[in-house]
Amino acid sequence: MRIALFVTCLADALTPEPAKATVALLERLGHEVTFPTAQTCCGQMHTNTGYLREAAPVVRHHVEVFERALADADAVVAPSGSCVGSVRHQHAMVARRAGDEDLARRAEAVAAKTYELSELLVDVLGVTDVGAYYPHRVTYHPTCHSLRMLRVGDRPLQLLRNVRGLRLVELPEAESCCGFGGTFALKNADTSTAMLADKLRNVAATGAEICSAGDSSCLLHIGGGLSRLRVGTRTVHLAEILAATEDSASTAQEGARR
Amino acid sequence: MTTFLGIPRRADAAPDAGPLRGSTTFPKAARTALADTQLRANLGHATRTIRGKRAAVVEEVADWEELRDAGSAIKADVMARLPELLEQLEQNVTARGGVVHWARDAAEANRIVTDLVRATGSREVVKVKSMATQEIGLNEHLAAEGIEAVETDLAELIVQLGGDRPSHILVPAIHRNRAEIRDIFRREMPGIDPAVSDSPRELAMAARAHLRQKFLSARVAVSGANFGVADSGTLTVVESEGNGRMCLTLPRTLITVMGIEKVVPTWRDLEVFLQLLPRSSTGERMNPYTSMWTGVTPGDGPQEFHLVLLDAGRTRALADEVGRAALHCIRCSACLNVCPVYERAGGHAYGSTYPGPIGAVLTPQLTGMGGHADPNASLPYASSLCGACFDACPVKIDIPELLVHLRARAVETEREDRRARHVPPSAEAAAMAAASWVMSGEKRFGLAERALGAGRLLAGKDGRITAAPPPLSGWMRSRDAPAPPEETFRQWWARTHEEEDRT
Repeated sequence: MRIALFVTCLADALTPEPAKATVALLERLGHEVTFPTAQTCCGQMHTNTGYLREAAPVVRHHVEVFERALADADAVVAPSGSCVGSVRHQHAMVARRAGDEDLARRAEAVAAKTYELSELLVDVLGVTDVGAYYPHRVTYHPTCHSLRMLRVGDRPLQLLRNVRGLRLVELPEAESCCGFGGTFALKNADTSTAMLADKLRNVAATGAEICSAGDSSCLLHIGGGLSRLRVGTRTVHLAEILAATEDSASTAQEGARR
Repeated sequence: MTTFLGIPRRADAAPDAGPLRGSTTFPKAARTALADTQLRANLGHATRTIRGKRAAVVEEVADWEELRDAGSAIKADVMARLPELLEQLEQNVTARGGVVHWARDAAEANRIVTDLVRATGSREVVKVKSMATQEIGLNEHLAAEGIEAVETDLAELIVQLGGDRPSHILVPAIHRNRAEIRDIFRREMPGIDPAVSDSPRELAMAARAHLRQKFLSARVAVSGANFGVADSGTLTVVESEGNGRMCLTLPRTLITVMGIEKVVPTWRDLEVFLQLLPRSSTGERMNPYTSMWTGVTPGDGPQEFHLVLLDAGRTRALADEVGRAALHCIRCSACLNVCPVYERAGGHAYGSTYPGPIGAVLTPQLTGMGGHADPNASLPYASSLCGACFDACPVKIDIPELLVHLRARAVETEREDRRARHVPPSAEAAAMAAASWVMSGEKRFGLAERALGAGRLLAGKDGRITAAPPPLSGWMRSRDAPAPPEETFRQWWARTHEEEDRT
């Protein structure tokens, strides 16, 4: 299958490892990955902060880029539940608010072929054992938008359970928000911190070495808190775990150096 | 698409506080609340308990999702033909001996109720717990007119005796624990045994003895309504304690204040809501008391019945095609109990009779939103958009979608206001406009990414950034950030895959 990577602006600029891992994983599974270099951002920050007018050109750009990409790709994948959620549930709305019904329909067509990583693997590629090896104690935070916007359910856990060497520890109150929420973490920094504190307490209670999730933004938030408190747990994106093999067992050490 | 911006207000002047508006913005109020450890402990315990109970009783209903769909559809139908249904309700209430009054706003509703109480010659009314009368500040208004309103719901009584404000739709004293309640009772309840313990039974007995006097002497009762059935003229109140039943049957005069959105078309529609409401609110299969009355029955119950239909911003909300979904709310408060923001900041931080996720979308629509100086303009932002509220809502109100919609209205209101005053855009608006420009062109985006790499200079030896200027300073108070990587993804792609892909 030919799959276009929607890298997300955050992964592109700040946390490229999950995106590189997504490429490595899909190529290892025998698929061809393309990267439409004109892509920028899905506009979620604008939309969720109420700047719909400013979101519109960003959405238009995204739709145009991935419409072109889908001309010779079968699907679009992003290593982010949140960005795929925005594409699927907000792009058409933003276009309609801007009075552009044509763009809204095109956005819906692109959204219908855009998948979060675990959805692509389990639903489209029909694989739950990706042949990964990751000898670490891992807990998983399911992230709000993957859970309640995309309804990915236990797909990430199905994938993790098939990773050799990995010990999966259940995260207490896993479905509670970590408190990130985009600009919420800046506008309501104190409430966000209170939510983060409880998430960190639950992560620490697992005794896991790694806290994983399918979204770099949530991991940035949780990881930022874990690092401050020297909890002894670090964050690794689901894609990086799934990309790890016996031959690349140094992935974890690479992560530690980052 | 209707875009209703409300009455334009000057952004630099905060509107007056009242039952639907606090005196400060949510982030500021929350900051104070978050530091109250007793409040945090009380709320954490209470919301966790109710969440568990709700989950258990919802789980056992096989057709729960179908019930939610039905509830949502009935409410959408009600909103589509509200005027017709309200007139039908009026007709049927009148035909059965009741009197219907129409109140455009809080002041009008308060005046109507005051005049009705005055006409009876009574100086005291007993009250059934009611959000509508809370919303219009009826008790305070009656007090100013020399009429004492006695709350008979246990939690409302605790709030009233404590000189406090409710902080939850269903459990208004959720911010209080047993020890605090005992202190309030000992201080404020005349004739209470000072040796009363903080056991729920003893506290309830004390309240019972106190309230029994009121029930027996009261000649006028004031209630709200959970539902008003258009095709029969029947009003409904659901409750747990039996105090409502006392108020609705013993006094000679009953005055009910009902928000106009509470009308349902037919008796049969109650079948849906009476399954959805108790399980969602108290986590019970059925609430202990469901009182229904239709007009006046000679020789049985109140001999005079008045229904006050309250608009107070509801028509304004109805005019917004997206926002109107907030009017579907049946006040179960399930969204409060699952909300991570509510659980930590508590109800008072919202500054409104309606706190929590539903309050954050309902309050700004009822009052209208001014610019950034209006505390209610901060409410749509009091959410991480985690979506737990949407999943819990028994009538499927997509609260996250409404929050985003109202954020957009807040932004537009601020923009219009600044334009009218010839003031430049806010720093946030300017930053958003710049980001939009950068993110809608690949060349600009590539350059910006490279510029971001300079952020590496902020990082320590461990590759972590621990301090940054506003607006990032809020983040840095409790979280680090990784240094930007030496190589962005697209640089890595160009280095490793460049020959194969040139889209």
